[in-house]
Amino acid sequence: MSDLADLTLAAAAGGLRSGDLSAVELLEAVHRRAAMTEANLHAYLTLDREGAARAAVGADAGFKRGADLGPLQGIPVALKDNMVTRGLETTCSSKILAGYLPPYDGTATTRLRAGGAVILGKTNLDEFAMGSSTENSAYGTSRNPWDPDRVPGGSSGGSAAAVAAGSAMVAFGSDTGGSIRQPAALCGIVGMKPTYGLVSRYGLIAFASSLDQIGPLARSVEDAVAALEVVGGYDPADSTSYPGAVPDYRSGLESGVSGLRIGVVTELNGAGIEPAVQAAVNRTLDQLENAGATIVQLSLPSVEYALSAYYLIAPAECSANLARFDGVRYGLRRLGENVEEMMSNTRAEGFGPEVTRRILLGTYALSAGYYDAFYGQAQRVRTLIIRDFQAAYEQADVLVSPTSPTTAFPIGARTDDPLSMYMSDVCTIPSNLSGDPAISVPVGLDDAGLPIGFQVMAPALGEPVMFRVAAEVERLAAFGVRAPLASSEVG
Amino acid sequence: MPVDIDIAKVARLARLALNDEELAGYRQQCEVILEHAALVQTLPTEGVTPTSHPLPRTNAFREDVITECLDREEVLAQAPERDGDYFLVPRILDEP
Amino acid sequence: MGYEPVIGIETHVELTTNSKMFCGCPADFGAPPNTNTCPVCLGLPGALPVVNGTAVEYAMIIGLGLNCEVAPRSIFARKNYFYPDMPKNYQISQYDQPLCVNGHLDVETGAGTHRIGITRVHMEEDTGKSTHVGEGGRIQAASHSLIDFNRAGVPLMEIVSEPDIRSAEQARAFVTELRAAVLRLGVSDAKLEEGSMRFDGNISLRLEGSEAFGTKVEVKNMNSIRSLQRALEYEIERQTALLEAGEPVVQETRHWDEEAGTTSGMRSKEEAFDYRYFPEPDLVPVAVDHQWRARVADSLPELPAQARGRYIEMGLDGPVATVISRDIEYGSVFEAAVAAGGDPQTVANWLTGEVTALVRRTDLSLAAGPIDGASLAELSAMVSDGRLSASAAKDVLAGVAAGEGPPAAVAEQRDLIQVSDTAALEPVVDEVLAANTDAIQKLRDGDDKVIGFLIGQVMRATGGKADPGAVTELIRSKAG
Ligand SMILES: [Zn+2]
Repeated sequence: MSDLADLTLAAAAGGLRSGDLSAVELLEAVHRRAAMTEANLHAYLTLDREGAARAAVGADAGFKRGADLGPLQGIPVALKDNMVTRGLETTCSSKILAGYLPPYDGTATTRLRAGGAVILGKTNLDEFAMGSSTENSAYGTSRNPWDPDRVPGGSSGGSAAAVAAGSAMVAFGSDTGGSIRQPAALCGIVGMKPTYGLVSRYGLIAFASSLDQIGPLARSVEDAVAALEVVGGYDPADSTSYPGAVPDYRSGLESGVSGLRIGVVTELNGAGIEPAVQAAVNRTLDQLENAGATIVQLSLPSVEYALSAYYLIAPAECSANLARFDGVRYGLRRLGENVEEMMSNTRAEGFGPEVTRRILLGTYALSAGYYDAFYGQAQRVRTLIIRDFQAAYEQADVLVSPTSPTTAFPIGARTDDPLSMYMSDVCTIPSNLSGDPAISVPVGLDDAGLPIGFQVMAPALGEPVMFRVAAEVERLAAFGVRAPLASSEVG
Repeated sequence: MPVDIDIAKVARLARLALNDEELAGYRQQCEVILEHAALVQTLPTEGVTPTSHPLPRTNAFREDVITECLDREEVLAQAPERDGDYFLVPRILDEP
Repeated sequence: MGYEPVIGIETHVELTTNSKMFCGCPADFGAPPNTNTCPVCLGLPGALPVVNGTAVEYAMIIGLGLNCEVAPRSIFARKNYFYPDMPKNYQISQYDQPLCVNGHLDVETGAGTHRIGITRVHMEEDTGKSTHVGEGGRIQAASHSLIDFNRAGVPLMEIVSEPDIRSAEQARAFVTELRAAVLRLGVSDAKLEEGSMRFDGNISLRLEGSEAFGTKVEVKNMNSIRSLQRALEYEIERQTALLEAGEPVVQETRHWDEEAGTTSGMRSKEEAFDYRYFPEPDLVPVAVDHQWRARVADSLPELPAQARGRYIEMGLDGPVATVISRDIEYGSVFEAAVAAGGDPQTVANWLTGEVTALVRRTDLSLAAGPIDGASLAELSAMVSDGRLSASAAKDVLAGVAAGEGPPAAVAEQRDLIQVSDTAALEPVVDEVLAANTDAIQKLRDGDDKVIGFLIGQVMRATGGKADPGAVTELIRSKAG
């Protein structure tokens, strides 16, 4: 490949170790790419050129010494701007955190630094990760590298756009209802939400604590594995972190799907899915069957209620999580005659409409007299969804569906209708409620040349089988197309 | 199920200073979303334990040992307003 | 017909763990402002709490000490309300599934023993501290406030009593006993002046004999046990006057004004009470199995009520036993003195009498010594074997307290040892008798009053050091 910025992580890691290329060269290539694409894409909120340069020099020095810190050493990575980085502006794409310099690093950031990763900067997102398009960012919408008039998806849209465009080799995002997988699907890359608790949430600015997970966005399944290996694993600073070692994800990547049972979830396929998307998914299913897998049709009746439950649970948790943004200790402050007015003015001014709407929804759903009918009931429905998944995994090793019901939609198409925007996540939300891992792999393009994502879901801690199937889907789909904007000719 | 939200009260609880027009808009949107969300109420859930957590873990404890604190200057540098070593806020009307 | 007060008390106790409830910052008092802070207790974006296991164990100790059941599974909840010194604008607390429930505490008053139910003991975190700047530091007249987050996140136990208390006096006795219990259990320093123990009262009145509850008023801001009693007495009077005048009692929170000696209603808004509790998703449940509970139960120290029973068996009278059992320092000095051979009642009398007076007069601390069990045992032995007079013993005690040494050495140094040795006294008695032959005659004639005069003469001749008992015996035998 002519441009280093287009290498997969695996290829770059090999080159770094063989001495064929240096982390500094790699960084320069990615910076050149960003210089070409950013004006169009606006994937980044902050590019930390100096920090990245220092890290690249450090990584090269390490290689020279023979120190191998793992698969991300010397690799340029981007972080969603809801991941806390010490001394590097962290805004969550919200006015309320404009200029905020955190005094600490989150666990994922710490592990990335310790692993020699070159942190490029912070990517755009929907404000506080609430949205499916990055249109809710206070700092402008990111654009899809396949068509700049369309959204890259969200909320990790900046991370997805950067990886697809080559302005990051791999990126991290967070997934609360599909915020990694949906933008990955819309940008034609791989995006993965780990099992809840696999990656520490310490230092991830919370949206909905019982649903949030950090995960990788990458150009291949293998790259996603490498990224997860670095940030995953037990962290005593997160009480909801899984104790226990990170299993081996790599050994199954070449094993194929022969003998595996692949369950097609009735409720997440067909109805409400764009025909081109469903067709691509069905084609992949045929390929998997030909490759030796058994395809089974499975119904998870309670999944029909997942979106409803999600739009009670997530806002409820967010209403408390976002209470701390009050103008007292950090971020924006608007004046007020007394402290209550100051807080109310600050919050009204600092939060955008979607965040305000969800705070109001959540506050209402938790308030006296409504708790049981809304939040309590949503949590009972969550139990039923988990049971349905458990029953399904008795009959299938993995479950599959489209990642997103549609391909990338035009900027502005859904901003006036929150419910239609929420529908973008209908296929991804169930895994957040169950806490199970899921991955999106690109499997084709629609007639407009927009990428389509195929979702593979697995039971809790079932990443090995999930990656195994995803790797086979990747081979079978032979997607291999680059986003039109990810090239030196466009700019 | 039709939902009727006292949006001004909810906004006060959430410390959001919204004007009447904004309140009316949010009220309408929230009611639409809640009517959809109220679908959960149609599912029979008698005897079902609520899940607040997808993780079956208990007793995640920390040892009672002191760890390093933050540098006060680094923390206070982020404060919108400070007075010496303190965070400064406008007058407080009520006891908690 | 009269009115009967129905009172319940909520007590907050800070635990003496090394670190805070959910982070590793020091939990101690008095550090420079905003130095004991980290991302967790400052509520910085992205930070997550992790439960201090020792705090859970301490809470369990309090619960078991108050005869509670320990829940096999309990969870934390978020209590949502905005307040500038509460960093996250929710408090991590426990709500519908607390750690300990259904206990009781037996309380002694002059009217007997009362069993006060303990509804629950639960864990939560403290808030920071606001200082109101402006007129007199009063909240309403302040121009702005300054916030120190050092205290934010310090482990706090809330102990909620049943509404079983029937008088302000009983309430005083309850919190006194509760404080003693907490101190004995060794999990809090329960310092009222530093705010590591605080209480709120709930009080309503009802017609005597009635089972129904009246309208409840919550009283806050009492910073001593004495002010709790005064505030409740004031509320009983105020509510009685209202009811007698046929006026309703308003359900509200009232603020105790220590100087004015009155309570006043606080500005309140309807939504102030909608805390929107929900299970804390950042924490996992606390599960206490049988072994853990048993290990903690077995390691519980003796509680004041148990100590009191034991002291009474040792021969102390009830009120003295109550005083000594409620104070952990008195208790330990008393036990050490008895173990060193001191007579229990004598030692107890010394402790509740002269030692208490000394502690009040000076800034003497019992815990720091030098008055310890050994010195009290020695002192009481010296009095009972006649080496010290009662009044000389007080001087010796003062000397011991001043650090002059153990009682025998102080008595020696201050020249206070009584002479009871017959051989030493005999020459003096002989001298006195020889100089007062007419008095001897009167004594022989049966005028017993004159012996006092003779003893006085001997005392004068010995500079007051003669043991009056030994002198009396000598005179009688010589006068024959
Ligand atoms: Zn802390």
